Amino acid sequence: MVMPMDGQLLVLAQAETGNALGETAPTIEVEEVGEPNPLTADEQELHATTEADGDAHHSDVFPPFDATTFGDQLLWLAICFAFLYVVMSRMALPRIGGILEQRKARIEGDLAAADYSRKKTDAAIAAYEAALAEARAKAQAMAEETRTSIKADIDGKRAQVEQDLARKLEDAEARIAATKAQALANVDEIAADTVQALVGQLTGEVSQAEAREAVSQVSKE
Amino acid sequence: MADPNTVDPIHQFAIYDIFTLGDTGISFSNSSLFMVLTVGTIAAWLLLSTAGRKIIPNRAQAASEMLYEFVANMVRGAAGTEGMKFFPFVFSLFMFVLVANYFGMVPYFFTVTSHIIVTFALAMLVMVVVIGYGFARHGVKFLKLFVPAGVPGYVLPIVVPIEVISFLSRPVSLSVRLFGNMLAGHITLKVFAGFVVTLGSLGFLGVLGAVLPLIMAVALTALEFMVSTVQAYVFAVLASMYLNDAVHPSH
Repeated sequence: MVMPMDGQLLVLAQAETGNALGETAPTIEVEEVGEPNPLTADEQELHATTEADGDAHHSDVFPPFDATTFGDQLLWLAICFAFLYVVMSRMALPRIGGILEQRKARIEGDLAAADYSRKKTDAAIAAYEAALAEARAKAQAMAEETRTSIKADIDGKRAQVEQDLARKLEDAEARIAATKAQALANVDEIAADTVQALVGQLTGEVSQAEAREAVSQVSKE
Repeated sequence: MADPNTVDPIHQFAIYDIFTLGDTGISFSNSSLFMVLTVGTIAAWLLLSTAGRKIIPNRAQAASEMLYEFVANMVRGAAGTEGMKFFPFVFSLFMFVLVANYFGMVPYFFTVTSHIIVTFALAMLVMVVVIGYGFARHGVKFLKLFVPAGVPGYVLPIVVPIEVISFLSRPVSLSVRLFGNMLAGHITLKVFAGFVVTLGSLGFLGVLGAVLPLIMAVALTALEFMVSTVQAYVFAVLASMYLNDAVHPSH
């Protein structure tokens, strides 16, 4: 497609300046370069009139190197890109950046809240455990106290009972001793009576005093 | 297009005027139409999808947020936090090239980025911003860009011209890369599609033979979608890297 390279570049360079000046200068300059091209006239016509598709061989110039289109392309590119840049930098990107920022803040806030809640829970657990330990200690102390008081009570009662018993025992012993002494005294009397009776039967009369003396003499031995 | 034997792969790049604005000489061409469509689509999509400002995004909003974060990470990675002032610019470039490329994939649609003047204008815009901001921000120190740190003095006469040339060739490589990819891809696609039509008109055997270029055309379509995306990405990444030079000239 692209054959007369140097000639074409000339067209390209000149056409650009021509276009910058405006109007239909490029077609004239194509003629000035004097490219011996049978399609030049055709080309002129095509640039003058707007040409729809159909005839593919409308121009010998490879379209991307067709300098006659450069001015308009640059103009529209500048307009479009400037518009795009303004919309992006003023509206779209700040908005998306804001959304991302907001989400980040939200996530961080939620994490902080979760952390706070966990700390609170931990504190509550610690408090609960402390309370539990305290209650347990208190319960133990109460149990201990009750036990000691009961023991003291029991000890006191036992001591009283023992004391009572001991006194009763003493009384009983004393009574037994008295009874025994009395009984023993009675034994002497009975022995003396018996001796008096026996001796009276065997030898005759004997006084009571003599019998007693004899008994006491015997019981002493 | 009507005659299957004369499928012209170049025709798709032709620019024709749709109307002319009075006698100003300013004409609205198919290229202009698709630039307007591209910009309108981007603006409409981003503004409508985020209109709800949802904390939990729907699909459209999630897509817009992904685009935002993708480009934001790209710019931050290449030019640092200080380079984020160019984020709207790089985002606009990326979206414009991406959507223009995608529009070009629709049959009968015009590919704005298949014209060197458009890609070159965008590349020059990047360069003008780099140079303008570089000098405004760093003054003469911006020229340290051409003097790599840690290079011995006697090598500088060689290194500096190389750096200058490499800097000057940036807009060319940036624009020709995108232009060439889009142009070549669309020509190839059209040529293979043309084979299908040409062979298909040759009777039964021709139809059988047309299956092969048809498969190629389908595969190339997929490839072209990938190329469209990758080229938009490459354009934006290189633009951020060049802008990094404006922000941090001493490398």
